Amino acid sequence: MAIRSFFVPFLLFVLCFYSSLCPVLSLYEDQVGLMDWHQQYIGKVKQAVFSTQKTGRRRVIVSTEENVIASLDLRHGEIFWRHLLGSNDVIDGIDIGLGKYVITLSSGGSILRSWNLPDGQLVWESFLQGPKQSKSFLLVPTNLKTEKDNEIVVFSNGRLHAVSCIDGEVLWKKDFEAESFEVQQVIKPPGSDLIYVVGFAASSQFEMYQINARNGELLKHESATLSSGFLREVSLVSSETIVALDSTGSILLTISFQNGEISFQQTPISNLYEDSAGPAVIIPSSVPGIFAIKTNAITIFIRVIGEGKLEVVEKTNHETAVSDALPISEGEQAFALIQHAGGEMHLAVKLAHDWDSNLLKESIKMDQQRGLVHKVFINNYIRTDRSHGFRVLIVMEDHSLLLLQQGLIVWSREDGLASIIDVTTSELPLERDGVSVAKVEHNLFEWLEGHMLKLKGTLMLASPEDVAAIQSMRLKSSEKSKMTRDHNGFRKLLVVLTRAGKLFALHTGDGRIVWSHLLRSLHKSEACQSPIGLNLYQWQVPHHHAMDENPSVLVVSRCGPSSDAPGVLSFVDTYTGKELSSLSLAHAATQVIPLPYTDSTEQRLHLLIDSDKHAHLYPKTSEALNIFKREFSNIYWYSVEGHNGIIKGHALKCKCTGKVADEFCFDTRELWSVVFPSESEKIIATVTRKLNEVVHTQAKVIADQDVMYKYISKNVLFVATVAPKGSGEIGSVTPEESWLVAYLIDTVTGRILHRVTHHGAQGPVHAVFSENWVVYHYFNLRAHRYEMSVIEIYDQSRADNKDVWKLVLGKHNLTSPISLFSRPEVITKSQSYFFTHSVKAIAVTSTAKGITSKQLLIGTIGDQVLALDKRFLDPRRSVNPTQAEKEEGIIPLTDSLPIIPQSYVTHALRVEGLRGIVTVPAKLESTTLVFAHGVDLFFTQLAPSRTYDSLTEDFNYALLLITIVALVAAIFVTWRLSERKELQEKWR
Amino acid sequence: MEKGKGVMGSGRRWAVDFSDNSTAPSSRDIPDPPGFTRASVDQDDSTVSRQKKDAESNWKAQKAWEVAQAPFKNLLMMGFMMWMAGNTVHLFSIGITFSALWQPISALQGVGKVFEPYKDSKVELLGPKLLFIALNLGGLALGVWKLNTLGLLPTHASDWVSSLPPAQEVEYSGGGIPL
Repeated sequence: MAIRSFFVPFLLFVLCFYSSLCPVLSLYEDQVGLMDWHQQYIGKVKQAVFSTQKTGRRRVIVSTEENVIASLDLRHGEIFWRHLLGSNDVIDGIDIGLGKYVITLSSGGSILRSWNLPDGQLVWESFLQGPKQSKSFLLVPTNLKTEKDNEIVVFSNGRLHAVSCIDGEVLWKKDFEAESFEVQQVIKPPGSDLIYVVGFAASSQFEMYQINARNGELLKHESATLSSGFLREVSLVSSETIVALDSTGSILLTISFQNGEISFQQTPISNLYEDSAGPAVIIPSSVPGIFAIKTNAITIFIRVIGEGKLEVVEKTNHETAVSDALPISEGEQAFALIQHAGGEMHLAVKLAHDWDSNLLKESIKMDQQRGLVHKVFINNYIRTDRSHGFRVLIVMEDHSLLLLQQGLIVWSREDGLASIIDVTTSELPLERDGVSVAKVEHNLFEWLEGHMLKLKGTLMLASPEDVAAIQSMRLKSSEKSKMTRDHNGFRKLLVVLTRAGKLFALHTGDGRIVWSHLLRSLHKSEACQSPIGLNLYQWQVPHHHAMDENPSVLVVSRCGPSSDAPGVLSFVDTYTGKELSSLSLAHAATQVIPLPYTDSTEQRLHLLIDSDKHAHLYPKTSEALNIFKREFSNIYWYSVEGHNGIIKGHALKCKCTGKVADEFCFDTRELWSVVFPSESEKIIATVTRKLNEVVHTQAKVIADQDVMYKYISKNVLFVATVAPKGSGEIGSVTPEESWLVAYLIDTVTGRILHRVTHHGAQGPVHAVFSENWVVYHYFNLRAHRYEMSVIEIYDQSRADNKDVWKLVLGKHNLTSPISLFSRPEVITKSQSYFFTHSVKAIAVTSTAKGITSKQLLIGTIGDQVLALDKRFLDPRRSVNPTQAEKEEGIIPLTDSLPIIPQSYVTHALRVEGLRGIVTVPAKLESTTLVFAHGVDLFFTQLAPSRTYDSLTEDFNYALLLITIVALVAAIFVTWRLSERKELQEKWR
Repeated sequence: MEKGKGVMGSGRRWAVDFSDNSTAPSSRDIPDPPGFTRASVDQDDSTVSRQKKDAESNWKAQKAWEVAQAPFKNLLMMGFMMWMAGNTVHLFSIGITFSALWQPISALQGVGKVFEPYKDSKVELLGPKLLFIALNLGGLALGVWKLNTLGLLPTHASDWVSSLPPAQEVEYSGGGIPL
């Protein structure tokens, strides 16, 4: 009986425990961070302003190329606050006003904002208009104080404004309406009430305006003509002198406008530097008395010694970056100079008037993978012995941000990750004896202790400290950040290519950078002036027989922005991050087509199409060529020419003829073309299925055991076109003038499988294609709401396969290979629903075998990711579904799609500047990995049909073990007891 | 039951055999009591035993028919249970259906055993056996029918194609908007 009284509650408890395993769709608060991680970045820094008052925290305010304004902690590099302006709200300048406001000028100089420095709240916002487009300048002079206010001088859109720093009110404005006047500099000499606006007119005339800073009155206007003309860039060498180059780039012009008198001084560069050849470029800087020019990869520093006389102070062929001048004491200005020499970086801080001596000279060992220094910002502090110390903020070629102080890197931020171009994944190495595994194996005692803690937690016996310990243990589980493959396929490498041309491998467990590699092929070189990384492809994914090879990725890049610039291929090993090889192509790479064939080492065959429509096969091996020749007649390609509204299909013809001829080059011929009438349709979106998507079955079982056969084809293209008038902003046209046409086009034969017109609809269109359906999102002008539509395609010609006996005996041809030239009869079903949000990206979950039901992942305008069951977008939904349909799981039709707050994948976080969502199947069928990237990165695991094939993360194995042990013990004890009882009965 | 067996098994030291040995004179070594004549019993042995045997075989045949008809009641019972269980798949209906399937099958397996006690040279057992088998088959059919109404029999095309992989396409096409 004693056993029983112990057992009943125990069993009840076990039952309770198992019932608590019933999965929930959303996340509990303590599950945040278990499977997801979130990283915040800011992007490549354009401008930095230090705020180091005597009191308060030291911080630096930065503006970036991702249109972020952020306040960073100078001690650790953490973000205090951050604001992401819209993608068309480019920041032109930032500064600090009155020591407590951050002033930003953005949108081509038309929006001026003030933010509170400590917490980043918006204080005021002013719209500045002007007569014409121009450069914009933001000046916050410190000497224009009137009582408690400070004046901000803004030149934008051809107008000079003075704005109050307190409330953003425009105090005065002055137009510069002269047709051809192009402003080059706005100068506010310290200690005077004058503003100089200088610029060029008609390419050979120099103009100078002198303006009273108090009231905007034009004091003086002078102009002078120089026959040889000017190049655009100017360098300011003093408050009343600028240096420019003439239009040939060979003569330096020193222009001074002291007291309103313009005087030119011409100095041929060859006078200063004999070997100069080719045009020079002025490096923009604002160090008084000194400027730098660059000619033939040589940087020359030139000093201006009164009366426009020039003197070369230093020539160097090292890569060099110069900071702006920093006033450190009365009349003294310091600047920082960074030169690269070999693997080291030399930092020198000099006084502006004294080139030869250094205030500071340090050399710092710099990681080769960070490339060159692009920008330098300098700041000073007073040491305890009252001497000046300097800290330097540098922006590297890979967009990372580093703070240097006393010869050390104090902190660094990998802000290149804010601008990801493309993402792919790679498996981790297999766990072998030789592979070193990060400290995972802890001893049994610790294991037991951990599980006892967990047990305490589940029995509600844990004290608050224990709860905290349990939570930290869960978050820091070393299991998830191991460097080896796991059984469930949760641990992978995310290989990302950033705009800076750097490859990063992020671990999916905790988001740390496993390796990073600045691609050599994406460096500037003689042959390749402005290389651009384009795309990433999985080049080699070894499995089965090629296990010993490391997987590798292919990076396709191009030398220059035009589409016929030659391409560059690089192959990078994903285990080590080493660049295996790189190829500079003789031809362009306008399209890269991964083929569904691999060679014996699991290298995927790729077809590169050049600008002359020749196809080039890679890898260039005879084995690949043999495989390719076998499938030669079955390979097609198509091109979408968005600008003239034509989609063309091509087939491969024969070996190339002409200058690029080799064995691996093939001519192509045009097979078909779909021409959209340019007066009524304009292509705005195309989408296809993912190449690696796995579909489990071709049949869809509907109510009453009926079957519909899905039309599953990899060669279907979804195209959305809109009326040319309606391709602008939402609301710029009336519903009658705007329509959206959705097409489904077979890309082998060019057949239009389906076409549907949405009248009164407008773009932008975001679409996702998976299995046999496509979902797209657009704006409905009549209803003034966003709408989502779904089209499902079914194969009617297979619908007759309903004879059970034939199916049982396998006498059907449902799985035999089909040709697209056999004219499949398709029917489509579609439905539309209202949707509340506007959308930035749509993706769909993908699983290993394609059995698990799908969820749409919608990147909302609020930079969150919303998971929406595909069941809500089922064209068979009706207002009153029958009993059988209800059993099938069809949801009654509603006019709009529900947004369930718990189904936000990103829970409370925001992926600022969301650009893309990537889903990768895990090995576990129920689970898919989701990576969302923008300025921030977010990663999580999703189980669209819940984790039906595994125990949850927090499953208590100790409890299970104890239960089993207790049960076994109980069996043993009761057996013994019954034995004894029996014996006694026998003796009775 | 188990206990009894255990006692009777290995632990037996002594036993009293209460079986009647009276009809076996060979084993009789004790003289008959006075006044008891064994001959009176043996006298009309032939007629009595014939009558008795007839009665027994009649009874056996009757009993065999009864046994053969027994599944019919079962069938009705099962039918009622099935009707009660409904047509949706859940634990109860599945349990009933499987018991409805299992009972006839186990009964069919033990046809010989069921009719063992009624085995007689004079009794015709084929009829009852056939009836028994037919009724059990009926029960089985009922079970299968129930299984089908529950949708657990693969009788629809959907049951055979639901895991057919998509057909491979011969052609392959790639491309898109130029990079």
